[in-house]
Amino acid sequence: MENNTHPLLDRREVVAALLHERKDLLVVTGLGSTVWDCAAVGDHPLTFPVWGAMGAASTTGLGLALAQPDRPVLVVTGDGELLMQLGALATIGIQRPRNLTICVLDNEIYLETGGQPTHTGSGVSLAAVAAACGIESAFIARTMADVHVLQGRLHTKQETIFAQIKIAATRAPLVMPPRDGSHLKDRFRAELLGELAYQ
Amino acid sequence: MEGSVKDKAQDAVRDLGMPDETKTWPDDIYRSFKKNNVRQVCYVPDGGHARLISQCIADHELITTSLTTEEEGIGVIAGAWLGGQRSALLMQSSGVGNCVNLFSLLAACTFPAVIVVTMRGQWGEYVPWQIPMGQATRGCFELMGFPIIEMDDAKAAEETMQAAFQMAYGGGKSVGVLISQRMIGAKTFSK
Repeated sequence: MENNTHPLLDRREVVAALLHERKDLLVVTGLGSTVWDCAAVGDHPLTFPVWGAMGAASTTGLGLALAQPDRPVLVVTGDGELLMQLGALATIGIQRPRNLTICVLDNEIYLETGGQPTHTGSGVSLAAVAAACGIESAFIARTMADVHVLQGRLHTKQETIFAQIKIAATRAPLVMPPRDGSHLKDRFRAELLGELAYQ
Repeated sequence: MEGSVKDKAQDAVRDLGMPDETKTWPDDIYRSFKKNNVRQVCYVPDGGHARLISQCIADHELITTSLTTEEEGIGVIAGAWLGGQRSALLMQSSGVGNCVNLFSLLAACTFPAVIVVTMRGQWGEYVPWQIPMGQATRGCFELMGFPIIEMDDAKAAEETMQAAFQMAYGGGKSVGVLISQRMIGAKTFSK
């Protein structure tokens, strides 16, 4: 399988690469660090940060991808957030919208709550779970080259992709997007749907 | 007398967890979905919703998502609305307790939603384990600030659903519709 000889990736570098020239990409983030990571690239009306409801990022991405089959949808979340609702991979695995990509930034700890180890550091492979749930394109990414290939693929909308990206367990500067959920929802819909958002 | 024999046979079928085909109020709920332009329906397996689930799956204009647990449905319906689609989430009362923290997503963002719940632990419940959550279901919605609409008359199913959709997509709220166990029937395991 994968080897561990590469230096671990920097989370901000990974997210900046994924969101580079985002075109018509719709983004959902899980709570905590991935919210700050996406905000650090630049606040965007078509990035919906799930500030709470731990575990709901992947399913929010699923509902959005099903509703907008012509737009690429990217979920950026953490290993802890995904583990909170691991069964969602089974639900996504039987739907497999072609326009959905889930990227898990895996630092093997709960960075926001004091660095307790997550299950991924003890041998749980999220990519293997995703593959066993029927997501054929599920893999562990360890290099920026892997991330750049992934960034190109998520715009092709050919299949559901699940990427477990191994990152360093370092804290990056806090960059907050707006917190008001109603504002975040309404601006997302206004940007995506135009006048239809208010009907 | 033949009617009561038939009723008993139907009770036995229901006791085995088979969908009760004799009750047609789920058709009214299905019609309300179509009338209100619902595009996505998420569900967990449920005897009370069995007929409705079958109808939704058979309708290729609807995107149906089978969930492994009710919490997943909260994310899916939020994502659907972000993407411009109306939806409905079907569950049993036991699942409402599972969802309480996830309701924050709907509440904090004022997502409109219609959550259609078949009650257990309520009217003639035979299994003690179903009663605590069944009795707490309404409270869970109220704790999180969601309005509740009760449905206890099969004849009023369609207008009850219409009221819920108006409050959700007109009033901008997440609404819980509680379908009384009286309309579904309580399993007695032929005892």
